[in-house]
Amino acid sequence: MTYIKPRFRHPELPKNKIGFAKADYEGAISTLCGGCGHDSISAAIVQACYELSIEPHKLAKLSGIGCSSKTPTYFLSNSHGFNAVHGRMPSIATGANMANRDLIYLGVSGDGDSASIGMGQFVHAIRRNVNMVYIVMNNGCYGLTKGQNSATADIGSLSKGGAVNHYPAIDLVGLALELGATFVGRSFSGDKTQLVPLIKAAMSHPGFALLDVVSPCVTFNNKPESTKSYDYVRAHLEATATIDFVPEKEEITVNYPKGKSAHVELHDGSIIHLHKLAPNWNPTDRYSAVNRLLEAKMKGEVLTGLLYIDPNSQDMHELENTIDQPLNTLREKELCPGSEALEKINASFR
Amino acid sequence: MKPTNIQDPEYFHKVVDCQYACPAHTPVPEYIRLIAAERYTEAYMVNWESNVFPGILGRTCDRPCEPACRRGRIEDEPVAICRLKRVAADNKEEVRHLMPSIPSKKNGKKIALIGGGPASLTVARDLAPLGYEIHLYDEWDKGGGMMRTQIPAFRLPESVLDEEVNYILDMGIHTHFNTYVESMKEILEKDYDAVFVGTGAPKGRDLNLPGRQEADANIHLGIEWLASVAFGHTSKIGKKVIVLGGGNTAMDCCRTSRRLGGDEVKVIVRSPFKDMKASPWEIEDAQREDIPILNNMPPKEFVVENGKLKGIIFGKVAAIYDENGKRNLISTGEPDVFIEADDVIIAIGQDNAFPWIERDLGIKFGKWDLPVVDKTTFQSTVDRVFFGGDAAFGPENVITAVAHGHQAAISIDLFCRGESVYNRPAPYTNLVSQKMGIHEWSYDSPVVVDKRYLVPHAEKKVALSNRTVEVELGFDAPTGFKEAQRCLNCDVQTVFNTSRCIECDACMDICPTSCISFTNNGEEEDLRARLVAPAYNHTQDLYVSENLPTGRVMVKDEDVCLHCGLCAERCPTAAWDMQKYLYQVTKATPIWNISEQSTI
Repeated sequence: MTYIKPRFRHPELPKNKIGFAKADYEGAISTLCGGCGHDSISAAIVQACYELSIEPHKLAKLSGIGCSSKTPTYFLSNSHGFNAVHGRMPSIATGANMANRDLIYLGVSGDGDSASIGMGQFVHAIRRNVNMVYIVMNNGCYGLTKGQNSATADIGSLSKGGAVNHYPAIDLVGLALELGATFVGRSFSGDKTQLVPLIKAAMSHPGFALLDVVSPCVTFNNKPESTKSYDYVRAHLEATATIDFVPEKEEITVNYPKGKSAHVELHDGSIIHLHKLAPNWNPTDRYSAVNRLLEAKMKGEVLTGLLYIDPNSQDMHELENTIDQPLNTLREKELCPGSEALEKINASFR
Repeated sequence: MKPTNIQDPEYFHKVVDCQYACPAHTPVPEYIRLIAAERYTEAYMVNWESNVFPGILGRTCDRPCEPACRRGRIEDEPVAICRLKRVAADNKEEVRHLMPSIPSKKNGKKIALIGGGPASLTVARDLAPLGYEIHLYDEWDKGGGMMRTQIPAFRLPESVLDEEVNYILDMGIHTHFNTYVESMKEILEKDYDAVFVGTGAPKGRDLNLPGRQEADANIHLGIEWLASVAFGHTSKIGKKVIVLGGGNTAMDCCRTSRRLGGDEVKVIVRSPFKDMKASPWEIEDAQREDIPILNNMPPKEFVVENGKLKGIIFGKVAAIYDENGKRNLISTGEPDVFIEADDVIIAIGQDNAFPWIERDLGIKFGKWDLPVVDKTTFQSTVDRVFFGGDAAFGPENVITAVAHGHQAAISIDLFCRGESVYNRPAPYTNLVSQKMGIHEWSYDSPVVVDKRYLVPHAEKKVALSNRTVEVELGFDAPTGFKEAQRCLNCDVQTVFNTSRCIECDACMDICPTSCISFTNNGEEEDLRARLVAPAYNHTQDLYVSENLPTGRVMVKDEDVCLHCGLCAERCPTAAWDMQKYLYQVTKATPIWNISEQSTI
């Protein structure tokens, strides 16, 4: 039995801009089932953080309960972490973000954690536009309790036990669009060429960025008749566009044919390039995103890629007009400015 | 790239770097696992089947396996393969009963072996069990050839040498010792069905500088001097000794001098230190015995006073390399240096010499007066005469001579049976899954960082006082176990089954050394640059699968794969499996069945 990951790494692995190798973003060896989509998403997170040259201590990973919520152990072991109660990760993230706006917040959740027990928390984090990446590792079943259908299982999908699901699925992407989310994307764990740039773009987005990632459960939900299986997703995959993320101040070296591509510039100067665009879809138009999503649903397609982005997103701190300095660094001097300041405030109400 | 053909016996063989680099292709990981299991006798036999002289080679081998060892590519030092071989030899129990029996009824064929060194002895061992009547000729009074005459006893105790030489001579070999063969014609006129020449490269190179003749009494040729010491004809040397030359023979000469009365022994080479041909460990051992090595000093003249050697005058040079990397030794203009010496040993190389082979017998000679020999069959231009070892293609080493011997034995057997010598037998190969359970393999798969262990040495004062005291003491059993655990089990192969793969990326994500990529196919150069970690070590192959359902291929760079088995462990469909590959060079006769003895 080898649950030991050797410490050797490829001697020629490159370092990123701040001198870290990809291995510096890894975590402990995974105890999930071999072939679990969640492990691929973990690897995509490692890759994205490595490519963005994120300083590990500048990131906090948060999760709830479930297979998905175990994964923060398997990546970014040099970052901050908080494992919350089932479905309660969004409120912890909101509080943490309120206290220290300087960190990058990466929430990891599952379909049970977000679409069932944590639904109430999930929708309010969207409504408040908390500046965080919210990844749902969506496998349509409760893997930790032997694979019962979850709230995101599609109608007609077949579970391992042979039972057909009769209830309609909650579509987290559609819900987020409806609630006014400012960054909405969907991806597939088996497609890192799409997932890695999506995660990078989501991390640069100022506001709530939802990534609903279909992630097959190899043990309980990988029959070809299950809509969350490797076979089914690959056969029904439809992407809005191919995506490239160019971080701030980096030179653009690729030229895309005109008319078939779009660029979205983010607050920090980063650019999201979308090419081979789907027809009748504009990434910054919520209405077209909703339409495109419904159209795909009618056709039985699994629509992936960046679905909607609001380039003018204002996060919770901007809406609340808080000061730039993280609240947790404010000391007595700033918090108790003295009677003179109080006088001033009182005077303003007179 | 085309999908890799793993049916080709050489593909997985090449992945077992040590075995592939070994001229005799000894199954190294197999015997290292046996050592770890304290099954020293079996470990010895795995070696004996392949390299015939495990105890000797475990002390003296040139170790081509070690620079090839995968551990050396991921850590500083390779596994101490050579010294582990010695652990097997030192700790084995009785082995004679495991060796092939010799038929009392002979097959009617007679073979002559000229020279009693490793090549001839290997031929004898491979052919004797088949019933051949074998006659071995050697000019000395014991077998072993250069292993006896040129390797000093402090590196190779006589008892070890005698034991392993006698395993073979006791197979009913007719020995003709103290017999210098003076004429090939006479040998051919006798009724031998085949003749094997394994006479080595017996001529030491001389240095004809002014004063050479006058000082002859105190100037010695390295290999001849070592032989004379080995047989007890020489037991003393002057206090001040200069050894000329930078190869392993020079190292043996200087260290032997230290034991025969040489207090101030110097090795002087004409070129830079880094260009010395001696193995690094031999150089280290010499330096440890207080022998300075002076470089960039070509000798100019032997200084003789009153008919006696006084020393040597050396020039001073620097190595200048032209744009093609060719080295030129250019004088630095510094004044010449005189170094005193009572005795000088010249160890600047050795040559083949066949004064005893008449040139009208049909045995053709080519460049450098070497015989014309087929590189596969070792047959000369006279069909019943075969050459092997240093006699065939010039000076190499013991393990190469053994490898030649195996192939020559096959040729001789084919020839005597009237078959074509080109009808070579295929290697024996076997590929078996090592899966024991969900996360269990039958081999010790976890790989940990572990530095190479040092072999303990005898106390210097004791070692220098007697030329027969062995310097290296060998690993004790516990250290041997620890060193054996450094082996990465490269023979347990990662075998990929395209039809089972669901492209979940689990193997790619878990691989600690980023060996596995799923990507679009392309030409090799393009592909090597596009992998998760670029594969710029072109000596290592890429393992490419057939096309997968998404149109991509799996590409595995064999370079720094740890054989840790994590890819196969994380694979949900067993598309990856860890399978042990045994590759064995087929011998003229089956000697010992390795696969039946395996630990795993």
